Amino acid sequence: MLEIRIHGRGGQGNVVAAYLLAAAAIDGGRYAQAFPAFGAERRGAPVAAFVRIDEQPIRRRCQVREPLFLIVQDPALMEVPGTLSGLQTGGTVLVDGTEAGIDDSGENEIITMPATRLAMEHIGRPVPNTALLAAFITLTGLMPLSGLIDALAERFKGPVLEKNRSLVEAAAETVEAGRWREVAHGVGA
Amino acid sequence: MALALEGSQALARTVALCRPQVVAAYPITPQTHIVEGIAKLVADGKLACEMVSVESEHSAASVALGAAVAGSRAYTASASQGILLMAEVLYDIAGLRIPLVMTCANRALSGPLNIWNDQQDSMSMRDSGWIQLYCATNQEAVDTTVQAFRIAERCELPVMVCVDGFTLTHTLEPLELPSAEQVDGFLPAYNFRHGLDPADPRSLGTLVGPEHFSEVRHAHHQALMRAQAEIEQADADWAEVVGRHCGGLLEVRGDPDARLGILTLGSVLGTLEDAMDEDPDLPRARFIKLRSYRPFPAEALRKACEGLDHLIVLERALSPGAGGIVGPEVQTALVEMAEPPRVHNYAAGLGGRDLALDLYGRLVQAVFGGERPREFAIIDADPRMLPESDR
Repeated sequence: MLEIRIHGRGGQGNVVAAYLLAAAAIDGGRYAQAFPAFGAERRGAPVAAFVRIDEQPIRRRCQVREPLFLIVQDPALMEVPGTLSGLQTGGTVLVDGTEAGIDDSGENEIITMPATRLAMEHIGRPVPNTALLAAFITLTGLMPLSGLIDALAERFKGPVLEKNRSLVEAAAETVEAGRWREVAHGVGA
Repeated sequence: MALALEGSQALARTVALCRPQVVAAYPITPQTHIVEGIAKLVADGKLACEMVSVESEHSAASVALGAAVAGSRAYTASASQGILLMAEVLYDIAGLRIPLVMTCANRALSGPLNIWNDQQDSMSMRDSGWIQLYCATNQEAVDTTVQAFRIAERCELPVMVCVDGFTLTHTLEPLELPSAEQVDGFLPAYNFRHGLDPADPRSLGTLVGPEHFSEVRHAHHQALMRAQAEIEQADADWAEVVGRHCGGLLEVRGDPDARLGILTLGSVLGTLEDAMDEDPDLPRARFIKLRSYRPFPAEALRKACEGLDHLIVLERALSPGAGGIVGPEVQTALVEMAEPPRVHNYAAGLGGRDLALDLYGRLVQAVFGGERPREFAIIDADPRMLPESDR
C-alpha cells in the first residue's frame, strides 16, 4: 500500500488535491482512499489530507502517520512541526517554491517546483494543487496524466478545464519523468 | 463500475435514487455535503422532490414528520447538536410510529465544542424508539440507506442510518451505486396506512392518558423487536439485487475460532482487521460488527459469542458516571449464556481522536496484559495530560 500525505493551508484545495489523486488512481483501476484531517476550518490554517493507493480493497481508516510521499503546497509549512513527521526512510517530498530545484543532500529527496507561479500563469489563481499533482504523477509514473485530466473533467468543464489541462502539461515539464518510479515501486504499489 | 465518490456525495445520490418526495434539512458539519448534494440534484432537475430549507433542525424533523404523515416518502439528515435540537421531534416521530429515514453523520456532542467523529449523538437518541443501523463502510452506508426506506415503511418505524462523520462522510473511495431500476424494484411507491387524509379526517398525536399509555409503549417496543426480522430480510433481499450484503443485525468476521471477541459499531472495524492481520504475534480475534443497535439483537449476539472467553465491547461514546453504553447492554444479554465471556468495556476515538493501527494491540494488552482490567476506561485517553486532581 502506498501512502501519501498532503500538507497545505485552508483554502489551497488540499482536500481536492487528495480527492483528485485518489480518483485518478481509481480511474486507473486501482483501489484508493482519500480523506482530510480538518483542523479549525479557516483560510490559512495548516491542514493535511491523506491518500492511500493499493491493488487490494483498503480496510484501514486511520490517518497516514508514516507516508512514503509528502506533497507540500506552501514552502513555509516545511518549517512547521509535524509536516515532515513520520516520513519513511527513502521517502520523498514535493514542495511548491519559486523555482524548480532538487535537494538530494539529505535522507529524503526534496523536489521543488513553481506550482503557484504556473497556476497563476495558466488559470489565474494562486492555487498550487493541480500543478503539484501533475508533477507528482510525472515523477512517480503511478498513472498516466490522462487519469488526472479525467478526474479534473469531473469537476471542471469548457474553458476552465482547458486551462487546467494546459497547467497539467506545463507542470509535468518541470520535473524528470519517472525519477521516483523506483521509490513508488519499492512498496509494491 | 465503481465510481470515485466522497461518502456524502454517494449518500446524496443514493437518497435521490430512493425517490423521496420531501427532504427537509438544516446544514451541520459533517452532514452538510449530504444535504447540499441532494439540494443540488433537486435544483438541477434530476430529482423531483420538495427540498425544504428550514431555520433549525427542530423544524427539519418537524417538516419530515408532517410530510411523512401526509403520505410522502420523507428524509432528513443531521449530526451532533442538530440531533439534540431535533430530540423532541425525534421522540414524536418514533412514538407516533412514522416511517421516515434520516442519516446521522456521527459527531461528538458539545461541550466543549468539537466537530469531529464519535457516536455520542446517535447514542443520545438510543431510547427514542428509532431503529438505529451503524455502517462500517461507505458501501454499507449506500446499501443500508436503500434498505432503511424499506425497513421503515414495512415496520412503520423511523430508521436512523448512522455513518461516522469525516471518517466515512468525507472519505473518497471506489463505491458501487445501485441503478434506478434496482432501487425502484426494491422500493415500490409507498402508501402510509396511518397517514392523514382530508377525505377521512383523523387526528394524530393526541393526548394519551394513563389508561392507554403503557399499551402504546408496549406496542412500540414490540414493533421494534419484530423489526429484527425485517432488518435481516431487507439485507438478504437487497443482496439478491446487488450481490452485496451488510451483515443483517450483526456480522461475525475475523477468526471464528478465536477465544477473544471484539464488538464494534461503525467504521473502526477495518482498521482493527488490518492491525490483526499485520501482526501474527498478537492473539487472534473474532470481530462482531453490531449493525442493528436498536432493535438490540440479544439472541443473535449470544450466538455470535459462543465459545468466547473474553469479549471487548469498543464504543465511540460513554455515559459519564457509569461507563459504557453498549457494554452493559451486551453484558445483560450474555447473562443467559451457559458460559458467557467476560465482558471488557472500553471507549476510544472520542471527538475525532485517530484510531490508529496500535489500537488492536492496546485492546489485547488491556485484557491479557497482566493488570487486572478495569470495568471501563477510555482506552486512548492519557491521564498524564491532566492535573493530578482530574486523573
